[in-house]
Amino acid sequence: MPLANTITIFNCRPLEIGQIPVLDIAVFRNTIIDAVANGQRIAALFAAPTHDQRFFLYALLADDNAGELYVLSAETADTYPALTPDCPQAHLFEREIAEQWAIKPLSHPWLKPVRFHPGYRPGRDAWNRKAGESILPCVTDFYTVVGEEIHEVAVGPVHAGIIEPGHFRFQCHGENVLHLEISLGYQHRGVERAVCGGPNKRTLPYMQTLAGDTTIGHTTAYSHLVESLGQTPTSPRAESLRGIALELERLANHTGGLGALAGDIGYLPTASFCGRIRGDFLNLTALLCGNRFGRGLIQPGGVRFDVTSPLSITFLDRFYRFQKDVTVAVELLWNTPSVLARFEEAGALTPQICRELGLVGVPARACGLEMDCRYNFPAGVYRFSHIPVSTWHSGDVFARAYVRWLEIQKSIAFIIDQMNMLPEGPVITATKPLIPNRLCVSLVEGWRGEICHIGITDSQGIFRHYKIVDPSFHNWTGLAMALRNQQISDFPLCNKSFDLSYCGHDL
Amino acid sequence: MEAVVKFLNPLLGLFMAPLLLGVISRTKAVFAGRNGQPILQPYHDLWKLLRKGVVYSRCTSWIFRAGPLVGLAAAVAALLLVPFGGQPAAISFEGDLLVFAYLLGLWRFFTVLMALDTASSFEGMGASREVIFSALAEPALLIGLATAAKFTGHVSLSQIFAGLNTDAWLTAGPALLLTGTAILIVFLAENSRIPIDDPNTHLELTMIHEVMILDHSGPDLGCILYAAALKLWLLGMLFIGIMVPCRSGNVLLDGAVTMLSMLGLAVLVGIIESSMARLRLLHVPVFLIGAIALSVLALMLVMR
Repeated sequence: MPLANTITIFNCRPLEIGQIPVLDIAVFRNTIIDAVANGQRIAALFAAPTHDQRFFLYALLADDNAGELYVLSAETADTYPALTPDCPQAHLFEREIAEQWAIKPLSHPWLKPVRFHPGYRPGRDAWNRKAGESILPCVTDFYTVVGEEIHEVAVGPVHAGIIEPGHFRFQCHGENVLHLEISLGYQHRGVERAVCGGPNKRTLPYMQTLAGDTTIGHTTAYSHLVESLGQTPTSPRAESLRGIALELERLANHTGGLGALAGDIGYLPTASFCGRIRGDFLNLTALLCGNRFGRGLIQPGGVRFDVTSPLSITFLDRFYRFQKDVTVAVELLWNTPSVLARFEEAGALTPQICRELGLVGVPARACGLEMDCRYNFPAGVYRFSHIPVSTWHSGDVFARAYVRWLEIQKSIAFIIDQMNMLPEGPVITATKPLIPNRLCVSLVEGWRGEICHIGITDSQGIFRHYKIVDPSFHNWTGLAMALRNQQISDFPLCNKSFDLSYCGHDL
Repeated sequence: MEAVVKFLNPLLGLFMAPLLLGVISRTKAVFAGRNGQPILQPYHDLWKLLRKGVVYSRCTSWIFRAGPLVGLAAAVAALLLVPFGGQPAAISFEGDLLVFAYLLGLWRFFTVLMALDTASSFEGMGASREVIFSALAEPALLIGLATAAKFTGHVSLSQIFAGLNTDAWLTAGPALLLTGTAILIVFLAENSRIPIDDPNTHLELTMIHEVMILDHSGPDLGCILYAAALKLWLLGMLFIGIMVPCRSGNVLLDGAVTMLSMLGLAVLVGIIESSMARLRLLHVPVFLIGAIALSVLALMLVMR
């Protein structure tokens, strides 16, 4: 059903820029607020300049139940009335817009930088910082609770474990967390800006390293986008291999994640075995393309490495073995009472909060929300082979862990299926130049959740604007909310159950 | 002969304590399907730490530097009081079980002080947890020892443990079993083992004991780790003294059985750590109160 003031867009099908409705900012605002109130979700919200330095806000709304996507836009001045007070899930997007383009969302309740980089418009800054003033990451105001019995715990950016840098501020009353504020930005590299003017030789490596553990997810999203914008057909065999690689990535990360969850609560058997099995799955990706994380496997036009029939026999032979191993290792978790005692009721989110914050991926499905791009907005091989959506209802650490286990089982079945009946044909076709003046959306369900790439081409057919929304961008706030009224000692467990990316957020 | 034995017992503890840690790690490794580190690795680690330099924060005081030494001194002093199996301890006098308990208390007091001295919010949290949990572990230990004291009619550790022979198990088996279980829980709690604490975790927010020593380095850290190994030995000795009533009078036989039992205890700890997850921090007090209940029940059984 079309949504008033918007235009329906399909995953991986470009739209002429001129077709996108340009609304008055007030109408733009109300349309989004109403749509979100009616159960839709902001998949992306960003500002893009035109060549004559006018600024347009674009919003991509996703209706997961109907499987529809809508785009709308509005021209904006240097300030506009913020959406956040009426639509909390816009908060980080609006902070991002303010930071990048010095376009201030008025009456935004907590307008702070997201990634702590200088703005893209010389001489303008949303916080009136002087040009050339050094901006230190995470040096900003934090929400504080005052009182004799309150104490503040600051964790990071340097952690005791080997993880990425991020800063966490807890306001605690004894062991109880009243509020957690997460501040990131240490890994900001400016990928979106670097992609503008492309695609060129550098673009693909940028995509491969957006978030190192989601190489396949991001390169698939990017390749779909470039193929759609250039109307390059891809072979079914290439799409099948991409699907296999994407599910392998999911298997490796979900297995590793479950192992790490077990490690966080000191449950050794699963922790040790899953650590190894994760490596086994990564090695299967290496078997396909020579790289454990799948770098160099996927590129616009198809995949660079074909699977010969002896290779597929070796692959499946090993795969069946790992399937048994992972089943034994993970089933231990559900059969150990002391593990369940830790998982259950820890860091629970309600479906209501999930919807308000616009969470995606595993945390959303763990609250019972049926959303999965492979099902709602299928592209590539998922148009032909469906994977059922895995959900659980309790929203706690257990639910997030259990959904990952359900997905492991379904990915295994999918890979066996695809490997056994790979379509014949070439695996790569030459790409064609991009069509000028188009906007295209590419959604891929990475292992964390919805990966959204949006490309806008200019009159020459090169990227005028490129927007990337990693699932982590949506979900970090969910982690902060999940920690409210929890024990601070459960933070590592909750954090691991969300398993979010720092560099995917920081871009 | 007796003098030599008295002298040898503490020495045995000083040399063998880190071995228990090695055995625990090896057991866990076997359960995890790994080869694991060499059994003597804890000794190498200590030697490595002793040769390192030390970093002191500018905002710490003498307490921060004194803490590790006080801990080590308390551990060595306690080692002189605890009998090895049924053999008498180097020093024994009426009421030395209280001295033993409060040597551990003094040690904990200094550990907490030196953690607070760093003014780090992590270490403050660790200190708060340590104090709460040890306040619950201490009664379980004391009531457990009181049960043994009441049963044997002595108030000195050496005499108590000499009296806990096979006959004692035949007359008061259930009470001794309950006491032993309570002491085992105290042993796990005081030595920061799973299910109370996880000595291998790198997650500072979940730590109890480990977080209090985050700012220590070099020989100071070496002292703390060595003292922790001694604590493992000390409390393990209490547990084995109760649970393994081998009092044949043959020094070599009793000593060998006790030593083997200690290694068995290390294996048992490894098995516990490999087969269950940590308790939620909120549930640790419940677990420790369970230990108190067991000791009280044992005391009631022997007072009957």
